[in-house]
Amino acid sequence: MDALALLAIFALLLVVAWVVVTPLRRGAASQAAAREEADRQDLEAARDAKYREIRDAELDRETGKLSEEDWRALDRQLRAEAVEILRRLDELE
Amino acid sequence: MATVGRAALLIALLICAYGVIAAVYGALTGRREWVESARRSVYALAIALTVAFGILELAFLRSDFSFAVVAGHSSTSTPTFYKASAMWSSQEGSLLLWVWLLSLWSSLVVFLTRRRMREVVPWATAVLLGYGAFFTALLVFAVSPFDTLAQPPADGAGLNPLLRHPAMMIHPPMLYSGYTLFAIPFAFAVGALIAKRVDAEWIRSTRRFALGAWLVLGIGIILGARWSYNELGWGGYWAWDAVENASLMPWLTGTAFIHSVMIQEKRGMLKIWNVSLVLATGILCVLGTFLVRSGILDSIHAFGASTLGVPFVALIAGMSLGSIALVVWRRGLLRSEHRLDSLLSREAVFLLNNLVLVAMCFVVFWGTFFPLISEAVTGEETSVGPPWFSRYTVPLALILVLLSGIGPLIAWRRATATNLRRTFAIPVACGVVAFLALLFVPGVPQKPLALAMFALGAFVAGTVGQEIWRGTRARRAMTGEPLPLAVTSLVRRNRRRYGGYLVHLGIVVLFVGVAASSTFQTASDHRMSPGDTVRVDGYDVRYVRATAEVGNDPSGTGAMLSLGAVLDVSKDGRHVTTLRPARSFYPSNSTASGPVEWLVAGEPTSEVAVRSGPLKDFWTAVNPDMTRFQEVIDQGDKAVAADIPEMQQPMVAFRLLRDVIAPNYVENPPPAMFRMISSPLVAWIWIGSLIAIGGGLIALWPAPDAARRRATATLRARVAQDLGRA
Repeated sequence: MDALALLAIFALLLVVAWVVVTPLRRGAASQAAAREEADRQDLEAARDAKYREIRDAELDRETGKLSEEDWRALDRQLRAEAVEILRRLDELE
Repeated sequence: MATVGRAALLIALLICAYGVIAAVYGALTGRREWVESARRSVYALAIALTVAFGILELAFLRSDFSFAVVAGHSSTSTPTFYKASAMWSSQEGSLLLWVWLLSLWSSLVVFLTRRRMREVVPWATAVLLGYGAFFTALLVFAVSPFDTLAQPPADGAGLNPLLRHPAMMIHPPMLYSGYTLFAIPFAFAVGALIAKRVDAEWIRSTRRFALGAWLVLGIGIILGARWSYNELGWGGYWAWDAVENASLMPWLTGTAFIHSVMIQEKRGMLKIWNVSLVLATGILCVLGTFLVRSGILDSIHAFGASTLGVPFVALIAGMSLGSIALVVWRRGLLRSEHRLDSLLSREAVFLLNNLVLVAMCFVVFWGTFFPLISEAVTGEETSVGPPWFSRYTVPLALILVLLSGIGPLIAWRRATATNLRRTFAIPVACGVVAFLALLFVPGVPQKPLALAMFALGAFVAGTVGQEIWRGTRARRAMTGEPLPLAVTSLVRRNRRRYGGYLVHLGIVVLFVGVAASSTFQTASDHRMSPGDTVRVDGYDVRYVRATAEVGNDPSGTGAMLSLGAVLDVSKDGRHVTTLRPARSFYPSNSTASGPVEWLVAGEPTSEVAVRSGPLKDFWTAVNPDMTRFQEVIDQGDKAVAADIPEMQQPMVAFRLLRDVIAPNYVENPPPAMFRMISSPLVAWIWIGSLIAIGGGLIALWPAPDAARRRATATLRARVAQDLGRA
């Protein structure tokens, strides 16, 4: 095995070790904040999905697939769920 | 360099082992630093495998025959374009490609979910790294791509000539991208089940990966069909071959999954069905990889017999049993939140669509594995052919097309009679008009299945057209935008919906092309000498003259000799086109033949000539009679062996082939066999595929994320405000 190959292997080991070990060196200090951030992003994704559902329902009404009455009931329910998500988002702040 | 490659693979295996342990430990203890370390193990895996992949690719490009795999699958005469893709013609190279792609897609998904789904992601990371561990372990312990030869040969065996086609550059990476992308929803489904987070969140987080997998696997399948049509010399694009079927099965279950997840997202239903579908798709992807590489089933695509049967069977068995156990374990959490309100609802249509797709997958599975099953039961290997597959898949495809027209039109929960009348009138009229019009086209009424497919195709096209028109009209009524802008805005704001409609249209166009070309095809074989004329489907085809090219292959595949023909095609006395099919011959892999024969004794390939048009393809392939040619070669070999020193023999043999044997073939050509096929609407198979790919890309493209902005108004007003902005 030549020296250059050894050097390349060592460099690769060093890089992957640095990538993998860094979070362990940082420790648990920032974990609470990370958890909160994860919860916030989950809620934001849920909110965006709810908005998509509301828009989908509107388009279904406009293209004649949902009656006015059905759409009103569905829209009311979806908006209430969106409000609940926003409330939970606000609680995180 | 081989040492560095080996070390990179070993490091990759260690990273996988560490990452699995760190992810599970982090998930069980809630220590985020370990979860984070596991996540970064996926990046480290991608780094190590990129190094390994780069080293092997470089070895192929440099024709470094000290690598056994390069010596076995490439040569100095292989064109550079194909040297780059020769890696995945080998078992070792293709497994490395598989796990490298897995590491890249896994890195992307763990990056995108780094601040989300904190209960699910650690388990999904462990599953993805588990996949990585399996494949890197194979590469480290069973089939190393970095094995070296003590005495490297002066030249390699060369790439299988059948694989020297541009589509083959990207066909395997596309299939493998599809397989590895489907590993992501598989891993997240497992994570969601273990973490008891079986709501729609894991589906939303991996939806794009599932859609991307479906898209690239579909592109891979189409590229394979294109290659088959242009390279294999039998004139078809789909043979229900075991390896083709292996990629079709996960595509079918993946298609079912992409549809049924919408029901879970909208209504919280079909949770067991969805996890089962995605788990089955993940398993079928591994099965597909195994079938391609194992050679356990006869296939025109089986490019290698493998020694990896036992580990793959163990993995597939483990995945299957583990998946079943997980679903049973969490069945209590997987209960539907709602019931099916009516059989006249979109949920019911989607469910039926799913059943049809899964039935198709089962038919393909049964037909593919029938040789193994019959051998196990009766001791005799019996296979089923295309007619068997068509008997079951054609009716199922017709139902599928019908459902792809009904699904977008029918309302969620319950459709009313008014709703049905209003939405179905125009599309049904389109289907009926097409049906009646086609009754007057000669030959069509006698083929009821094809007629049904054409009429249903018109129904679906009507559906898509109506949906786009009504959406645009509603948009214009709201915003007053001009028509082109309204269409663009409509699609931009509802990419998933309208991208999906385009996919439906593309698939239907493809099915119409398949129905027309397979039902109304005219195929015939002719033995012809120059000057002969035959009539095929109204075309007069005249064999004008023979051609021979030595070391000058126009399609750039590196063929040593191409024996071809010039065909003049005319109709009703008018010239239509000139076709130049050829048969290419390559140097042999063995050294046993004489110096002249060695130049042409490799596996020959057909260079087909096709005149493509929107209404009809005229396809030709030639197979020269080599009997007399072989006699001339044998004489040449005797002369060269007797009179020429061994060192000079290759050069003299080449000159003999170029200056004597090839011109002799042109001047005094023996009769050649021609296969001629006239097929209607083949071009629409490729056009339909492009439409479906375009629709898939639209559905895949991220939607504008306007809802991230925050408002200070009351919550209810904020919802309205956010929606108004998007």
